[in-house]
Amino acid sequence: MSDAASDAANKGGELTVRVWRGAEVGAFATYLVPARANQTVLDVVTEIQRYHAPDLAYRFACRVGVCGSCAMTVNGVPRWTCRTHVSRVAKAGALTVEPLRNLPRIRDLACDMAPFFDKWKAAGGRFEGGATRADLPAAVDPASPKRRAADAGIECINCAVCHAACDVVAWDAEYLGPAALLRAWTLVNDERHLARRATLDRAMGPGGCASCHTQGSCMAHCPVGLSPTEGIAGLKRMSLAAMFLGDR
Amino acid sequence: MRPHRNHRAYWAFLGHRLSGLALALFLPFHFLALGLALEAAALDRFLAWTDLGMVKLAEWGLVVLLALHLFFGLRLLVLELRPWPGGDARLGWIVPGLAAALVIGGVFLIGAF
Ligand code: SF4
Ligand code: SF4
Ligand code: FES
Repeated sequence: MSDAASDAANKGGELTVRVWRGAEVGAFATYLVPARANQTVLDVVTEIQRYHAPDLAYRFACRVGVCGSCAMTVNGVPRWTCRTHVSRVAKAGALTVEPLRNLPRIRDLACDMAPFFDKWKAAGGRFEGGATRADLPAAVDPASPKRRAADAGIECINCAVCHAACDVVAWDAEYLGPAALLRAWTLVNDERHLARRATLDRAMGPGGCASCHTQGSCMAHCPVGLSPTEGIAGLKRMSLAAMFLGDR
Repeated sequence: MRPHRNHRAYWAFLGHRLSGLALALFLPFHFLALGLALEAAALDRFLAWTDLGMVKLAEWGLVVLLALHLFFGLRLLVLELRPWPGGDARLGWIVPGLAAALVIGGVFLIGAF
């Protein structure tokens, strides 16, 4: 179906899209774009950039929910825009698109992801292995409880949706946030990770898992269906055990 | 309610926090009433006052808040200390916890009037 034909299929409907223009200081600009039968929020933003505002800044890469770069706030909720269909989120033909919450705004819909990744590092999220090229790949039993616990986080696409959804991130600048702590949970369950205790110490330290109020916004909004809340609860359990039962 | 907060676990967080705060505000009055026991006449006057309908209704509120705080707190303890089935954060405990708190409130009302 050509574009014109699909427009006709939608009876010439239009979407009213408010888009944040500017950085920390800015304002919403309103654009009218044709409503199409099969349209994602990212498609709408791209259409605005192509036909209305060539200087609109936003990020995307894969367009299929793999790279994690297209997250924005859509009608008040953080979402991956490439896999969010307009029909699911538009309210009476209206969309409001803003950059993600809890991150510095660079321009328009693009925010600075550096603080997000700095927190991954601060949470001890760097893998430290001991094997060399000469070693065989580690044999990790896929059914072992630790390997299953690590499953909680390995599908993370680093989109920062959870970081934007979490109120504790907004309230407490020191808080490492759901994604970084979920990464820490993955690593402390990774048999090959040598710095396990150091990662656990950081996850237990200031701004760590104890700051989480179990609001579950991260879990409610993670587009991949991961549950940072569960990983953080695991870290709390593990740190409690480390305190009372001792840990290497 | 901002849209990103509008989900069950956030409502449970609010319920637990706000009931806890309300109970903490009530605590000084509780101790004040206990202190009255040192003087029998004052305590009797106070107990007569608590028989007023409005005061009973306020007591009902306290009972519900206590029960709510207890059940939502239990959910948190269990979800933090025990692994979860199916990654669901014991969301299924929230509405029954609220219902149980209301049942306890109902039992109080039956006993009170
Ligand atoms: S569960 Fe913890 S990390 Fe997740 S949104 Fe809530 S407070 Fe933030
Ligand atoms: S945990 Fe989910 S929401 Fe958070 S960064 Fe990873 S994929 Fe995105
Ligand atoms: S563009 Fe890659 S996840 Fe959306």
